[in-house]
Amino acid sequence: MVVRRRPQRGHRYTESPILQLALQGWRSRMVGLLLMAAFLALLMRAFYLQVINNDFLQEKGDSRYLRDIEISASRGKVTDRHGDMLAVSTPMRSIWAIPADARTMSGEQKRLLAELVELKPRELDARLASEKTFVFVKRQVPPQTAEQIAALKLPGIHQEKEYRRYYPAGDMTAHLVGFTGVDDKGLEGVELAFQQSLLGRPGARTVIRDRRGNIIEDVGATRPPRDGNDVTLAIDSKIQYLAYSHLKATVTEHNAKGGGIVVLDTRTGEILALANWPTYNPNNRAKLSGEQLRNRAVTDTFEPGSTLKPFTVALGLEKGKYRYDSMIDCAPGRITIGRAVISDAHPHGQLSVAEVIQKSSNVGTTKIALSMPAESMWAMFDDLGFGKAPQLGFPGEVGGRLRPWKNWRPIEQATMSYGHGISVSLIQLARAYTVFARDGDLVPASLLRVDQPVVHGTPVFSAQTAREMRAMLEMVVGPGGTAPKAAVPGYRVGGKTGTAHKLEGGAYANKYIASFVGIAPISNPRLVVAVMIDEPGGNQYYGGQIAGPVFAGVMGGALRTLGIAPDAPLQVAAVNDGKGRM
Amino acid sequence: MFRLNLFLLLLIVLCALAVVTSQHRGRKLFQALEAEQEKVRQLDVEYGQLQIEMSTWATHPRVEKIARERLRMVVPAPQAVVPVNLQEAR
Repeated sequence: MVVRRRPQRGHRYTESPILQLALQGWRSRMVGLLLMAAFLALLMRAFYLQVINNDFLQEKGDSRYLRDIEISASRGKVTDRHGDMLAVSTPMRSIWAIPADARTMSGEQKRLLAELVELKPRELDARLASEKTFVFVKRQVPPQTAEQIAALKLPGIHQEKEYRRYYPAGDMTAHLVGFTGVDDKGLEGVELAFQQSLLGRPGARTVIRDRRGNIIEDVGATRPPRDGNDVTLAIDSKIQYLAYSHLKATVTEHNAKGGGIVVLDTRTGEILALANWPTYNPNNRAKLSGEQLRNRAVTDTFEPGSTLKPFTVALGLEKGKYRYDSMIDCAPGRITIGRAVISDAHPHGQLSVAEVIQKSSNVGTTKIALSMPAESMWAMFDDLGFGKAPQLGFPGEVGGRLRPWKNWRPIEQATMSYGHGISVSLIQLARAYTVFARDGDLVPASLLRVDQPVVHGTPVFSAQTAREMRAMLEMVVGPGGTAPKAAVPGYRVGGKTGTAHKLEGGAYANKYIASFVGIAPISNPRLVVAVMIDEPGGNQYYGGQIAGPVFAGVMGGALRTLGIAPDAPLQVAAVNDGKGRM
Repeated sequence: MFRLNLFLLLLIVLCALAVVTSQHRGRKLFQALEAEQEKVRQLDVEYGQLQIEMSTWATHPRVEKIARERLRMVVPAPQAVVPVNLQEAR
């Protein structure tokens, strides 16, 4: 029976009553609907991913191979007028570590790393023992050393690019150039004043990297880096060195507390040199005191003393009250104003106006000053820029003290005529002397190089007055003057000494500021040099004795450096003397 | 019609291969450019370091020291300086 049935098996299925039961129609439709719904869900998901959420996914994709790279930009250089470098940045690396990863280094690897970064193995271990996720192993590592470290492929040790600022001129220009802190931020001097201009702006680019980390394509726009602008100062580094070394020698020799010196070009108002003592080495600022950091010539004011006399006398000439050769009775070497007595260091008798300057007579200057209204003296000091910051753009520059003339008492007007009761900075004083070096006009002082001479400054005195004053100033360094030591062989120079008592707690102490401000060559002035020595320690404290020689040394050297022809040569080569000699 | 299609198919395959090749060559060249630019950067760095080195050797105090001590140079006395007026000489 079994055998017989077999061939008919296929048919018997359909003949089976069970199989022939018809399913209810809604069930098949239900399955169909569910399948359709599933497809629809997939479709919607696809639509969501492809269209609605596309950006997010695109970003995820890009992040697998696109990289943003920063292109570093360097800080601008600071150079002197001839392009000699005063501050320059050089790339360095900082080595940093993820301590948890770095601790997996073998002993040998640690020893190599410690050797390369010049740390003791114990110090290195101490740094890596930190629980932080980021520690600096060593900053400011030279690039060559950094390459060696990178070649070791140490676990958890990474590198970052950074810059280090070098100051090749060191302490010589420290106050002027200043310095930067971490992250290229200017903290002092020109570095601070020109921070915005010096700062570089890093660029950025987006690239595709391959599996090996090579860049294979630029994508999108590249933002080019912009290096910081270079700043060209008016400083002449040779003259700066001269000024600095003479100042340093004198301050040390006379055991003084400090000093400052300024050299100005009278044609352009450029600051050719500006030095202070004490100073510091900007490349190594480990032990710095406020005393060292102070840029005295710009940020400190002092009572200038007799160096202000020429201005009072020039005003007397200008107003027609006195002539070059008017005689003034300075006997008996003192004068009483109210309850105060003004006296000369050495009593004089009859002095001409020129001799008042030459011998630096307080009595003579007082008499000239009191013949004029206070207002005109104030106006002159104001025109000369006293009491106002000199607008150099230098951080911390001060204006000094010039009180309004309405409150002046006669004694104050008298003391101001010879430089007491008024305070100025050395740079202001040097700048004021350009009126005598020029034809009575004042030029603004400039920290930056000026390529065009300033033809017309602000007029203060007439050309005639300036010329007469130059002749008087020349007498100061001549025989019978207060500063024969300020003479420069081969050149005609002129200037004025100052020996001022220092104010301490509102009273004049037995401490002095010795100063000298002078111009040269007298026949066609090119330079103003102002020297200030704070509290000379020895027996000598007169401006002519202490500051005079500094002036002579710096002025002589600077004139030679600039190739300015001597106007009082000791001998002149015979030119075209018929023997073919030159 | 069939032949034209076949020809176009061939053309498209060739174009595709050409695209791949030029892309590859482009990337090669780009890498070479990158390498050269890296070299420029390195040379720039080296130049900066040499400049620093130069200015360190040429500082005025050092020059003066060598001139005075090793070369025994002195500033001539004012009497020994003879100014020559070039304009007159010409």
